[in-house]
Amino acid sequence: MNKNAFLFFLCIYPFLWCIPADSSELPVRVGSKKFTENVLVGEITTLRLRQEGVPAIHRKQLGGTRVLWSALLNGDIDVYPEYTGTITHEILAGKGLEEENDIKKALSQLGIRMKRPFGFNNTYAIGMKRKTAQRLGITKISDLKKFPELKFGFTNEFMYRQDGWPNLQMHYQLPQKDVRGLDHDLAYRGIDEESIHVMDLYSTDAEIEYYELVTLKDDLHAFPDYNAVLLYREDIADRWPEAVKIMSQLEGKIPESKMIQMNVQAKINKVPEKQVAASFLAKEFGVHSDVYIESITKRIFQRTCEHLFLVIISLSGAIILSIPLGIAAAKAQRIGQGILGVVGIIQTIPSLALLVFMIPLLGIGGPPAIMALFLYSLLPIVRNTYTGIRSIPSDMIETAQALGLSPFARLRLVELPLASRSILAGIKTSAVINVGFATLGALIGSGGYGQPILTGIRLDDMGLILQGAIPAAVMAIMVQGFFDLAERYFVSKGLRIEAEKQ
Amino acid sequence: MSQQDYHVPDHIFKLSGVSKAYGETHAVRSVNLSIPKGLTTVLIGPSGCGKSTTLRLMIGLLQPDEGTVLFEGNEITRANILQLRQHMGYVIQNGGLFPHLTARENITLMAHYLGWEKSRINLRLQELVDLSQFPNDGLERYPVQLSGGQQQRVALMRALMLDPNVLLLDEPLGALDPIIRSGLQNILREIFYKLRKSVVLVTHDIGEAGFLGDQIVLMRGGNIVQKGTIKELIHSPAGPFVTNFINSQNSLQEVLQEEYE
Ligand SMILES: Nc1ncnc2c1ncn2[C@@H]1O[C@H](COP(=O)(O)OP(=O)(O)O)[C@@H](O)[C@H]1O
Ligand SMILES: [Mg+2]
Repeated sequence: MNKNAFLFFLCIYPFLWCIPADSSELPVRVGSKKFTENVLVGEITTLRLRQEGVPAIHRKQLGGTRVLWSALLNGDIDVYPEYTGTITHEILAGKGLEEENDIKKALSQLGIRMKRPFGFNNTYAIGMKRKTAQRLGITKISDLKKFPELKFGFTNEFMYRQDGWPNLQMHYQLPQKDVRGLDHDLAYRGIDEESIHVMDLYSTDAEIEYYELVTLKDDLHAFPDYNAVLLYREDIADRWPEAVKIMSQLEGKIPESKMIQMNVQAKINKVPEKQVAASFLAKEFGVHSDVYIESITKRIFQRTCEHLFLVIISLSGAIILSIPLGIAAAKAQRIGQGILGVVGIIQTIPSLALLVFMIPLLGIGGPPAIMALFLYSLLPIVRNTYTGIRSIPSDMIETAQALGLSPFARLRLVELPLASRSILAGIKTSAVINVGFATLGALIGSGGYGQPILTGIRLDDMGLILQGAIPAAVMAIMVQGFFDLAERYFVSKGLRIEAEKQ
Repeated sequence: MSQQDYHVPDHIFKLSGVSKAYGETHAVRSVNLSIPKGLTTVLIGPSGCGKSTTLRLMIGLLQPDEGTVLFEGNEITRANILQLRQHMGYVIQNGGLFPHLTARENITLMAHYLGWEKSRINLRLQELVDLSQFPNDGLERYPVQLSGGQQQRVALMRALMLDPNVLLLDEPLGALDPIIRSGLQNILREIFYKLRKSVVLVTHDIGEAGFLGDQIVLMRGGNIVQKGTIKELIHSPAGPFVTNFINSQNSLQEVLQEEYE
């Protein structure tokens, strides 16, 4: 009985944290995309709001346009930096809007407002290594037509968006066949090692200098303007009326040269983004703010809490659902095959895709990550519960029946204890997978050890990557150790001795 | 309530025209059989003749295709089966002990489940330990830590724990080596004699049947060939099969010698 009560408590404990908070006191939530410039502008906006007394938090590097836009629409965030070209060609694509007023009208129908531009135009550009370009005599995009053997590596976003590669290819009639999608930061690495020759850039990228690249002239004007602006929710004014005014102070304050400088500071000189933002504001507004950069131990501790939170809630939920499902599958042959089939199919969805599927349903942050982790954790537990019960020798079942135990008592007193080793092994497998997979949660803003890994990839900083990767590996090992200990508690000594003898 | 509750039958089980088939295999063919109260009935016959199936029909693990099985005058139904089984003790060949429970936990499982008081459980357990001559320190061991003979005694104690009206033993000594086996046969005979329980015992060993059984039921291919005492089977066999079956086993000689001593 005691054991059962303990188990029950263990299962519900994580959910006690999930009591929703009062929304009227919500701070302004600033979002940003998964690249340094956007993160910097997000930092500047957040810090400026705070300097003026408006509580604000920055949920940084949440993902691409799709993630940020839907987070804004869902109210998971209140404001984020966007680019005019992206708004017209992607967010409001197909509406043929060019005039600023028309765009504003279309946005306000969705409850979204747009600030005036910050002052820099971060348009798409096409870049090559300077040496290669000089050797081949390429200075403008139309020159690329003469070299069909060149390898192109584009960000996935650029590959598929209407104003990206499809538009460029049509516009210039480019013949290249070897065109692949990859991460922006990896593309720099690739072009440096010459595994690709041509990549998409943002015109304000810091790496242009660092990797000795040139941007090719857009001689046929394929790319539209990408002026940086803030998009924000209308209803922010209900909570923090002064926030809208404060954000207006930033209009026109960041010309292109300044943005490139800040990008170089953050990406190449490794100055913390908060620091870069604070220096900018100090110069522009004369307000000095102490940049509080948390100690590494505190940061790791916080990430550990976030990571554990994701793992514990999703895993507990999976245990609670999977064991009954596994039992049902073992007891009812027909339903059983169905259950195993469905749970098996979920497992075949690529992890990243599963995360992205969750965004329209659950927004960004913890909930979608937990749901994806939960779904991913089901199969090992269901399957092991099923096989654990199925492989109980028939004379055990027969004896339990002959004693006069009711079906439920039989399950509780005989079948589950006999299957306990197998069930626990399933939970262990799920837990270890879960700890690793939870690092991906950072892609949709759920924090955890994935956060430093993501930032580390973005800033090409191995130290940061290890700050996430090492604790994640340690946690996986500890989880394994925890379940080895748990076996002593949950699996009868009689079964353990029996297993040792074999 | 049915009429049958008003008269007390003198037999514990009554099988009338009972048949059971597994697909094409006819394991039991319209068997009529009464198990008398307070006596030991032995089911014997070559492997596959339907002994275990008959036992499983009695304890309601199987439902007959045809015919009826009465336990103390009541037909076994889905509704009363769990209740009735608490009045039957069942032991299978390898004991069927639960490996995750100690000997003590195995024996007292049902008593705990039914909410017996601790003192009552301990009292009953001590009685059984004495009766089966089981070492007291073996109670805290797990089945895997017990010898084959000890395991069978634990299984027997578990079957006896609730003081059932009938014991159903399916080759309880079948897996033991001969010396331990004969020791346990003595213990079994003593227990049957002391408790005056109704017992149905399955064996394929004619010596064991003669040693333990008051009534012997010889089966073949799902049918009952002959019912009677060991002497009746020897001296007035129902046919050559009976004599052949008896003569094919030499363990009987010892039993007969013992009988005449
Ligand atoms: N679960 C089962 N499925 C199919 N056939 C079975 C099953 N159990 C027993 N049988 C068959 O029924 C017949 C009688 O079996 P059983 O009653 O176990 O015989 P015995 O106990 O006398 O050796 C045998 O031919 C056996 O193969
Ligand atoms: Mg048998």
